[in-house]
Amino acid sequence: MAILEVHNIEKHFGATHVLEDISFSLEQGQALAIIGSSGSGKTTLLRCLNFLETPDQGTIVVQGKTLFDAADPATQRESEIRKKRLHFGMVFQSFNLFPQYTALQNVTLASQLLAKEQPDFKANKAQILTDIEAHGKQLLAQMGLSDRANHYPHQLSGGQQQRVAIARALALHPDILCFDEPTSALDPELTGEVLKVIRSLADQKTTMIIVTHEMAFARDVADQVIFMDGGVIVEQGDPHEVIDNPREERTRQFLSRYSQQ
Amino acid sequence: MDLILEQMPVVIHSLNIGFLQTLKLFFVTLIGAIPLGLIISFGSMSRFSPLRWLTRLIVWVIRGTPLMIQLLIIYYFPGLVLKNNIWGSGETGRFIASAVSFIINYACYFSEIYRGGIQGVPKGQQEAGLVLGMTKSQIFFKVTLLQMIKRIVPPMSNEIITLVKDTSLARIIALQEIIWAGQAFLKGSQGISGAIWPLFFTAVYYLVFNGILTVLLGQLEQKLDYFR
Repeated sequence: MAILEVHNIEKHFGATHVLEDISFSLEQGQALAIIGSSGSGKTTLLRCLNFLETPDQGTIVVQGKTLFDAADPATQRESEIRKKRLHFGMVFQSFNLFPQYTALQNVTLASQLLAKEQPDFKANKAQILTDIEAHGKQLLAQMGLSDRANHYPHQLSGGQQQRVAIARALALHPDILCFDEPTSALDPELTGEVLKVIRSLADQKTTMIIVTHEMAFARDVADQVIFMDGGVIVEQGDPHEVIDNPREERTRQFLSRYSQQ
Repeated sequence: MDLILEQMPVVIHSLNIGFLQTLKLFFVTLIGAIPLGLIISFGSMSRFSPLRWLTRLIVWVIRGTPLMIQLLIIYYFPGLVLKNNIWGSGETGRFIASAVSFIINYACYFSEIYRGGIQGVPKGQQEAGLVLGMTKSQIFFKVTLLQMIKRIVPPMSNEIITLVKDTSLARIIALQEIIWAGQAFLKGSQGISGAIWPLFFTAVYYLVFNGILTVLLGQLEQKLDYFR
């Protein structure tokens, strides 16, 4: 069974039709790359999955459970949406680290707040907080940032900040980790270190959706590629088919701009 | 010179009493205007447009007219026009009328500073909190509040230092603050008359107090300098 099924998502911003009949599914442990030019709706799609935007129509099903159904207001209650968001992790293009917290605190803050809601928190407070901190340190180590745990975001390079953001998203054990153009704000040198981390996550079979402009990376890492244009999915399938032998003219035009570079 | 030295203890005693009233007005204004400003700033950012426009209209009027006129209107209007002097005629009444005028005036200035601070925190901060499963109030208290405070400290420091000097405007309704106390020796008080130096001497009080405030607010600014 697919871990994620998205059916017939529609989204308008005023008169603009940003997402039109978007459907796809994702298997556990797979990486999905979404490519397409700016304004094609890729980011809006990710924001819908993270409940930062509400689709006008469609359903989002995770592990067989309907998290969102535009036709069913019961699935859109504010109090439940907060918990539903935890199925997805999100890494933003502009990192969005919390500037007043260290790298480690950025990674552990949300876990600590969630732990406080557990009924057994008071009884095992010290143990729970120690575990959260150990897990945070382990995630930073996995990102190659052990020596940066106590640095504040402004003391880190862009690539380091983005790796902290990835650790922060992983800390809550999301079912699906979403990346919104994770390297678009980075220069080529720093892009490499972030892509390396994402690649290693793919090797560990982390379920991921990556919106990216890095075609070579998408082809190497993704199990599935979606090409979007003007709010619709033009082509989807195996990366070697979509990127190397596109069937659609629009995909070819888009990709030719990259091969010319 | 000898005369001044002779008059000094009397004058200092009088100025101290006046400065106490100045300080009282200063602190009462801060205590009232800091929270009221926050309420006004929420009004000016409300999604309910009539409330938003009404709040912005009030802020525009208050910021667009002299505080001295506001003091005069608030103090005299109830007694002269409504024939009901709610303030009474004593020093207490003048103080309350002054405090009301100052709190309203400064709350309007503060509200604009808060609005800048709140709107200046990037939207991505809130979104990052949301996708991490935080509640709206957790995001406010754990993520955005400190970033807002950091943004508003420098402009607030400016306003607070201006407020110290603005308290002297209450002289216009004869509040017995330090300028009033110094000026009394011009007209004649406690056996001293025609003396201009006590009035000049009041400036020292303002200077010293603002010096202390500048150092304290500078320290606060430095404390928040560990992040950007």
